[in-house]
Amino acid sequence: MFDTLSDRLSAVFTSLRSKGRLTDADLDKSMREIRVALLEADVALPVVKAFTQSVKNRARGSEVHQALNPAQQVVKIVNEELIGILGGETRRLRYAKTPPTVILLAGLQGAGKTTLAGKLALWLRKQGHTPILVAADLQRPNAVQQLQVVGQRAGVEVFAPEPGSGVGDPVKVARDSIEFARRQQHDIVVVDTAGRLGIDADMMAQAVAIRDAVQPDEILFVVDAMVGQDAVNTAQAFKDGVGFDGVVLTKLDGDARGGAALSVRHITGEPIMFASSGEKLEDFDVFHPDRMASRILGM
Amino acid sequence: LSRDHLDEDDWEEVEDTLITADVGVAATTEIVERLRERTRVLGTRDPSELRALLAEELIAAIGADADRSLHTAPHEDRPAVLLMVGVNGVGKTTTCGKVARVLVADGRTVLLGAADTFRAAAADQLQTWGERVGAETVRGPEGADPASVAFDAVRQGIAAKVDTVLVDTAGRLQNKVGLMDELGKVKRVIEKNGPVDETLLVLDATTGQNGLLQARVFTEVVDVTGVVLTKLDGTAKGGIVISVQRELGIPVKLIGLGEGPDDLAPFEPAAFVDALLGEAA
Ligand SMILES: Nc1nc2c(ncn2[C@@H]2O[C@H](COP(=O)(O)OP(=O)(O)OP(=O)(O)O)[C@@H](O)[C@H]2O)c(=O)[nH]1
Ligand SMILES: Nc1nc2c(ncn2[C@@H]2O[C@H](COP(=O)(O)OP(=O)(O)OP(=O)(O)O)[C@@H](O)[C@H]2O)c(=O)[nH]1
Ligand SMILES: [K+]
Ligand SMILES: [Mg+2]
Ligand SMILES: [Mg+2]
Repeated sequence: MFDTLSDRLSAVFTSLRSKGRLTDADLDKSMREIRVALLEADVALPVVKAFTQSVKNRARGSEVHQALNPAQQVVKIVNEELIGILGGETRRLRYAKTPPTVILLAGLQGAGKTTLAGKLALWLRKQGHTPILVAADLQRPNAVQQLQVVGQRAGVEVFAPEPGSGVGDPVKVARDSIEFARRQQHDIVVVDTAGRLGIDADMMAQAVAIRDAVQPDEILFVVDAMVGQDAVNTAQAFKDGVGFDGVVLTKLDGDARGGAALSVRHITGEPIMFASSGEKLEDFDVFHPDRMASRILGM
Repeated sequence: LSRDHLDEDDWEEVEDTLITADVGVAATTEIVERLRERTRVLGTRDPSELRALLAEELIAAIGADADRSLHTAPHEDRPAVLLMVGVNGVGKTTTCGKVARVLVADGRTVLLGAADTFRAAAADQLQTWGERVGAETVRGPEGADPASVAFDAVRQGIAAKVDTVLVDTAGRLQNKVGLMDELGKVKRVIEKNGPVDETLLVLDATTGQNGLLQARVFTEVVDVTGVVLTKLDGTAKGGIVISVQRELGIPVKLIGLGEGPDDLAPFEPAAFVDALLGEAA
C-alpha cells in the first residue's frame, strides 16, 4: 500500500523513466491516483471532481512534461492548488467599530463549539481584550455548567442567566448579553449555541433568531476534522441557514486527514480562520493552509 | 439509473452513491467489482434490478447474520456491565442515557458510572440523564482516576443488586497513546469484579474514513463488542460501518436518531441500506 500521494504517483510514473515522455494515458492514471488519495482523505466527491479537473488542466502543460521528475511535479501542482483553495488570504477577526464585537458560534452537535468558546476567550484575553462568554445553549444537558467551567478556566466572565438543560429562552439570553456586555464594558461577546443538524428547520430558525438578536460581527462555523462526505451538505445548510463568515476546524490533534477543510472551503468560499487541536484551552491556533495541504496529501 | 440497459454511467452512479455515503474507496471498489461480476452472470440489464442486487451486496457486507443482541441481563451474583467508549463528542453520554431509558422502561434497575472525570461538566451531564430516565449516578471528584470511579460504580451496583451498570468514559482520540492506555486500565480494573458484558464503540455517522482507524484502535485496546452509530437523523449515511464490519467483524447494534431519550433504535441492515442508497440508485 502507498501511504502518501507522492508514493502513489511515483509508482505511476516509474514506468515513465525509461520512456522519458508523458502520455495522456499516464496523466489519466495519475489523476485517478489523486482522486483516490483525496477521497481517502475525506474530501467530498463533488469537490474531488472539480479539483482533479483543474489539476489536470495544469498538469497537461509543459511544466510536467518537461520535468525531470514528473511525479514530484504533479505533487507540487496538487499541493499548490490545495493551498490556493485552502488559503487565499487568511482573514483576521473583524472587530466592531463600536464595541462589543459579537462572535457567534454554530455547528453540528459535538463539533467542539463550547470548548472553542473557551479557547477563543483565553486567546482574546491574552491579547488584552475583555471578552465574555454567553450560555445560549439551553438545550444540551448541562451545557451551561460546561461553559461556566470553561469560562473559569479561561479566566473570563460567563453570562448565564438561565439554568439550561431545557429551561430558558436562548434568543432572550443572547439579546440580553449584549446590553450586559455594554454595561460591564466587555469589548467582545462570544455566544455559544446548541449543536444542530443542517436539516433541522426549527433549530436553524432558532439560530437565525439568535443571530438577528445579537447582530454578530463574525459567525464562525465549527466543524470536526473527522467529518466525511457529509461536510458539503452540512456546510451548505449552515451557509443557507444561519450563514457564516469563517470556519474553525476542530480535533486536528487526531489522525484524520481532514479533507473536510477543502470541501467546506470549496463549497462555501468562506475562509478557514482557526484550528483547534486538543481538549485544553491552549490547543488553539490560527489556521495554516500549507500545513493542512500536506496533511490532506499525507505528507 | 433510469435507462433499460447498464452502461458506464450507471456504474459511475453506483460508485458515487457509495463514496458519498462514506463507504470508502476500498470497500466501494470491492462491492462494485462483485456486483459487476454478478450482473454479468445474471445478464442484468435493468437498473432497478441493479439497485436490488446492490442492496443485497451491501446487506451482505454489513453482516446479514451478525449477532446484534445487546447483553444487558444480570448474572446470578452481579449486574451486567456495559462500557461506552469512543472519540470526543460522538454521543457516548447521550447513548448511556438512552440505553438506561430502554432498560428502565423494561423494568430493570440501572446504575450509571461517570468515569469521564475529565471533561467540563461531563458527570453533571450524565447525572441529568440519570435523573431524566430514573437511574442513579455514581461519580467521583473532578479529576479523579476514571478507573477507580468505574470500579466503584460496579461495586455499588453489585451491593445494590442492580441489573445493569452503564459506565460512561471520556472521549479520547485513538492516536493518543496515554489516553488509550488509561481506557485499557478502566476496563481491566472493572474486570476485577467480573468480565464486561458489552464494550460499545460509539461512532458518529458524520465520520469519514477515520472511523475505521477508530474501530481498529479501540478494539485493540478494549475489545469492542458492538458499534452504536449515532446522529443518523442527519444527512450523513454512516457508510463507514461497512468497512468496520468488513475488516473487523464488529456488528452495529444500535443507532442514534436524535437528542431525546427515546431516539435510540436497534440496527436493521435493510433499513440502513435503504437509507444509504436513498433515491440516487
Ligand atoms: N481532541 C480534541 N477534542 C476536542 C477538541 N475540541 C473539542 N474537543 C472535545 O470534543 C467534545 C465535544 O466538545 P464540545 O465543545 O462540548 O462540543 P460542542 O460543539 O459544544 O457540543 P454540543 O454543544 O453538544 O453541540 C469534548 O469532549 C471536547 O473536549 C479538539 O480540538 N481536540
Ligand atoms: N442529532 C443527534 N445528536 C446526538 C445524537 N447523539 C448525541 N447527540 C448530541 O451530540 C452531542 C454530543 O453528545 P454527548 O453524548 O455529549 O457525546 P460524548 O461522546 O459523550 O462527548 P464527550 O464526552 O465530550 O466525548 C450532544 O449535543 C448530543 O445531544 C444523535 O443520535 N443525534
Ligand atoms: K441519515
Ligand atoms: Mg456545546
Ligand atoms: Mg460524554
